[in-house]
Amino acid sequence: MKGLRLLSLLLWLCSVYYVGIYLFVGGFLLVRLEVNRTSTCGDVLQPGDELRDFCHEQPRFRRAVLLIIDALRVDFTRFDHNNVAALPFENKLPVLEEMVSLRPSHSRLYPFRADPPTTTMQRIKGFTTGSLPTFVDVGNNFASSAILEDNLIHQFGKAGKRVVFMGDDTWESLFPKRFHRSLPFPSFNVKDLHTVDNGILQHLYTTMVGDDWDVLVAHFLGVDHCGHRFGPDHPAMADKLTQMDGVIRSVIDRLQNDTLLVVMGDHGMTDSGDHGGESQKETDAALFLYSPSRLFSPQPSQVTKSEPNVVPQTDLVPTLALLLGVPIPYSNLGQVLLPLFPSHGHTVGAVGSLSQLEALWINAKQVNRFLETYSGIAKDIPPESLSQLKDEFSRLSSEYLTTVGGTQTPSPQLATSLQVYLASVRDTCRATWAKFNPLKMAAGLTILAFACLTCFTLSELSRLMIRENVSVLKTPIITALMVGVCVAAVQLLAQGYVEVSWCLAAATLSSELSFLWRTCQSRAITAAKNGSEALKCASWLTPSCLLVPHLLVTLLRCASLLSDSYVIAEGRAVTFLVLSLAICIPIRLNWDGLLSPPIHDPLKAAGLLPSSTLSPSAVRKESCTLLACLGLLVGSVYLSLSFHGCREEQGSCQSSPFLTPLARLQDNQLRNLHYVLSVCSLGLWTYLLRCCLRHYGNLNSSGGTVFTARCILPMLSVCLGLFWAVSATPEDSFRNLAELISLAQLVLPRSAFFLLGLGLLLIWIDPLTVFVKITIARGSSLPPPRYRASTGISPQAELRHLIPQIYQRMRHSLDDGELNKDNEVGSRPAVEAYGLGTVYSAPLLLFCGMLGTGLLLLHPEGMALSFLLMLLQMGALLHIHASSTTLSSLNGTQSGGFNVPWIPVVLWSLAATQFFHATGHLPTFPSIQWNAAFVGFPHGHTSNILPASLVTLNTFASHILFAVGCPLLLFWPLVCEVRGSSGRVCGEEGEDAVMEMRLRENPQQFSSALLQLSTRYLFIMGAQVFASVCAAAILRRHLMVWKVFAPKLMFEASGFLVSSFSVLIGVMLVLRVDVAVGRWFKRLVPDASR
Amino acid sequence: MWDREIRAMASTHAIIASSVFMATVLPAVFVPGFSVYGAHLSWIYSVSGAVIAVSVAVFWLLGISTPTKKHSLGYKLSRLSRSCLYFFLSCLFFHTVVVLYGAPLIDSAVETFSLAFLLTSLTTLRCLCILGPNVQSWIRVFSRHGAMSVWDTCLQITVACTVVGAWVGAFPIPLDWDRPWQVWPISCSLGAMIGFLTGLVAAPVWIHYHRKQLTYKCK
Repeated sequence: MKGLRLLSLLLWLCSVYYVGIYLFVGGFLLVRLEVNRTSTCGDVLQPGDELRDFCHEQPRFRRAVLLIIDALRVDFTRFDHNNVAALPFENKLPVLEEMVSLRPSHSRLYPFRADPPTTTMQRIKGFTTGSLPTFVDVGNNFASSAILEDNLIHQFGKAGKRVVFMGDDTWESLFPKRFHRSLPFPSFNVKDLHTVDNGILQHLYTTMVGDDWDVLVAHFLGVDHCGHRFGPDHPAMADKLTQMDGVIRSVIDRLQNDTLLVVMGDHGMTDSGDHGGESQKETDAALFLYSPSRLFSPQPSQVTKSEPNVVPQTDLVPTLALLLGVPIPYSNLGQVLLPLFPSHGHTVGAVGSLSQLEALWINAKQVNRFLETYSGIAKDIPPESLSQLKDEFSRLSSEYLTTVGGTQTPSPQLATSLQVYLASVRDTCRATWAKFNPLKMAAGLTILAFACLTCFTLSELSRLMIRENVSVLKTPIITALMVGVCVAAVQLLAQGYVEVSWCLAAATLSSELSFLWRTCQSRAITAAKNGSEALKCASWLTPSCLLVPHLLVTLLRCASLLSDSYVIAEGRAVTFLVLSLAICIPIRLNWDGLLSPPIHDPLKAAGLLPSSTLSPSAVRKESCTLLACLGLLVGSVYLSLSFHGCREEQGSCQSSPFLTPLARLQDNQLRNLHYVLSVCSLGLWTYLLRCCLRHYGNLNSSGGTVFTARCILPMLSVCLGLFWAVSATPEDSFRNLAELISLAQLVLPRSAFFLLGLGLLLIWIDPLTVFVKITIARGSSLPPPRYRASTGISPQAELRHLIPQIYQRMRHSLDDGELNKDNEVGSRPAVEAYGLGTVYSAPLLLFCGMLGTGLLLLHPEGMALSFLLMLLQMGALLHIHASSTTLSSLNGTQSGGFNVPWIPVVLWSLAATQFFHATGHLPTFPSIQWNAAFVGFPHGHTSNILPASLVTLNTFASHILFAVGCPLLLFWPLVCEVRGSSGRVCGEEGEDAVMEMRLRENPQQFSSALLQLSTRYLFIMGAQVFASVCAAAILRRHLMVWKVFAPKLMFEASGFLVSSFSVLIGVMLVLRVDVAVGRWFKRLVPDASR
Repeated sequence: MWDREIRAMASTHAIIASSVFMATVLPAVFVPGFSVYGAHLSWIYSVSGAVIAVSVAVFWLLGISTPTKKHSLGYKLSRLSRSCLYFFLSCLFFHTVVVLYGAPLIDSAVETFSLAFLLTSLTTLRCLCILGPNVQSWIRVFSRHGAMSVWDTCLQITVACTVVGAWVGAFPIPLDWDRPWQVWPISCSLGAMIGFLTGLVAAPVWIHYHRKQLTYKCK
């Protein structure tokens, strides 16, 4: 078997895909250029009176307290007296409403709208720099790096204000060494509700009473963590909010007259307590402003006029800067909150306060300055709107200057038009900070398109690839190296530096093209030899061929990725397609007249046609199996629909109740029911796997794999069940066992990880599941083994003859069963090998089973049911494939070796996507199950690699399982063959090896079939990636691009990465087994011929 | 002989198609508040009723169904009752299939059942009329060499067109166009109806153009 060539071909193919994805993503994901300039005091000088130095004037407020309550949604802060049956998150912060109604000119409560993405780090960036986030920033959330742009903290520091910070340690990494004093607390562990808050409360009041600060920032995380852990609708949330109420009260009591209090949430949360997206519940937080001295101008008419309904989050930046007397950060795009400034002519007494118009003017000047700088370094803002904005500003500035120069009262229109100007700048920037690199995108698209084409050719001509004597890959790789080096040299000469991505692009493209060209050539040669293949190759692009069900379904699937509605409803759409394609199989068989036994055919009865190899009863049995498996498949497909999560775009959708972790369920009975269900399905999963292995006699020997199946798999399941039980215990019950529980939460999953690793390692080291039994033949009924005749020719030939012998004997012993073992010992053959028939599939199956149990550990407990469905559906698919292969072998056309037809492969890959949804995942960032990172590590991590890989494993669990199990499609028809044809086989002596040993008999066909299967699988996955890449490229200015298509592209691309990697693992495992089997036979030959 | 049969088929199909047309137009004129979208269920039932009545009448008059050897009244009655039973079972079958394809299970069971009724009256009824209540031969018809007369081929084409039409009709449901015909089950039943009408047209045409290739084993 040409394992090395097969692996190198697959590796080459995968790397070609990776380069395409890398290039496209590099050109598609947006980057906003950061302007690393800072505002200085001179920038805000008032025109007209140059002597007023803004920075040295007495500011309106000397000090400020910023209380940031993470995820303080706007409706948490409302207080409704009439609400008698308040939910846990309602009416828990009465202090805000009290202050607003008692001292209306001192306090105000606003809805505070964040820009998506609503993750904490992005929000801190947003409300300190005043800029708009871009898509790329999302990835940095758990590896936050220092902010380089001009920001409030920096300006405070420059103005000599002492900033004291306490709370979420994200701030410390964003603003390293910028604080006068800093008390960070770890934020990553979302299960910990109290550490950060209690840490803050220890220091907050003492600091406030002291005089060692000017700006105090306290970032509470309890509410956010409570949401992540329990959701908003939980008693713990009520406790947390009540605690926050007390905090705000005590802070207000300690405020002095020159201090401004800002209480704000950085973002909201959904009803499940998550955030990150852009639904209104996630973006709308609360903003509460209060000062013991008068904040707002008293005139009610003025108040109502300029009162904003919703305050954008960036607006806090210029407002705070101007109130505290520091320059507005350079790249700010927010506008000042007008009600906080006195209107012209009403200078409220505090010295140095700016009027509304002055504040707006400073703001507009700063924004204009930023716009000029930005358009100087980046060309992405469209010039026409830029010039329009510039004209507008110069018009406004001349108008303002004449107003200030003269004594006339400024018109209210001027303030309004300044506001309009600021808003339009903000909108322009928001629209254009989507900067693509079209060249790179086009290169990525081209490479991906050619990669798909290459993959398809490879799968169609797999036999040619394996058969050919010269290495197929030599030319493409040499070409790639040469072209890459050439391009690098040219770049070095022309530009002076090398751009790696373009070298990669050129190398990959040339490699693909040379491969295709070579393939065309060799195909022409083969076609010249035998004309039939040319005919076949010529006919696969006619329009009628495109209507073949599998191609049609693949096309539909790819086309569905181009529409946002279908991407939103992807789970159901894929299920629909899976169902349609599965039903196609029996319909097609019936159309070919293969589903029912051919009784009516007079020709066959007369023996004119080659007689059917299966008896009518066998056909009937096979069709019944097929239909029963189809029923099972349809049932599991339908039930899998009930495990879906919900996107925010799906209005009236209800997330599956199985998705909530047990710890969140409050109803005891329901929790117990869920637990019992989960444990039952886990047990069934383990039992089914063991049953299958035992059925094919793979549990008899004593190798590593068998040990894994017998001991490690059940132990792993027990670990899992215990871990679920422990993690489901409510926190307050079993108080005296708390330590034990926390210990168990640490030990159980870790030991499960250890067992999983050990099991997989054992399977890898010793994959054989064959039990050899050598008995001394007593009876004379045993014919002399045939291989004796061939002794002396060569060990190779001897080996070839031995295999069928062993086979036949093994089959005899299997057929006879266990019952008559005792009395028939005499007639036993000399060598019995149990489980040789499933020598390839057994380790693979066990590998998948172990992996599945391990992946289940990372999921919420209820997903055990879904995993069980996945196993059932896999089994049903395999059996359907096996039965249809057996039935269509009647046709006589099935002479193509072990090739797996398209339909099962398409079904297999669609099922991977189907179960991606049915395990509660969605292609959106907020739906990533972050809890997976804490399984076995309840106290958080020190590095980012481990949690990232755990979350990846959780997200792409179904992709991994289906891809690793992909070679099973090749083995299963052979595994099931013994059932269908046993009656026939027993009678014939000359019959060759059965079941999977047939693969060993034809190593070339085996490797070509394996190559074909894996390239077909990769082709379907790759076509989906290509389609989502096309969607992102074509619809890059679509309304939904950042909400639907870009996340879909990221998920599809990473799914492809994970799948291709898993396919390689599966293929490698098969090759490993092949090597082991070869060694085993070598060992057996001297044994047997002794 | 070919021409005669094809002409008979074309006229039969024309009658059925016109009955569908009448069943849509007549109530729209005479019954207040009737429209295809607005009162969709009544449209489904009126159309199915028309198709059932006309098909039964036409095929009975033509005498296409397999000739029965026994002519006793009891045999005919049992045939009739079995046909009714099969009709009902087929409704249930289609209902199950549609639910498995993702139709809401409880919420709009009436709508789903109406769609199943429509599909039954467009497909199963033809099978009943042409082949009689014999599931074995129904399965036999849908294979490559299973057709034994022109009517069998015609049955293959119309049934396939209807089912594919209903299948394609499900595609626009998830789209966010907010059109009245995207409501369950309007697009599916319209798709099935359009597929059926296409099949009615396509069957005689296809048979006419392929009459040289068509051979039937036993007539």
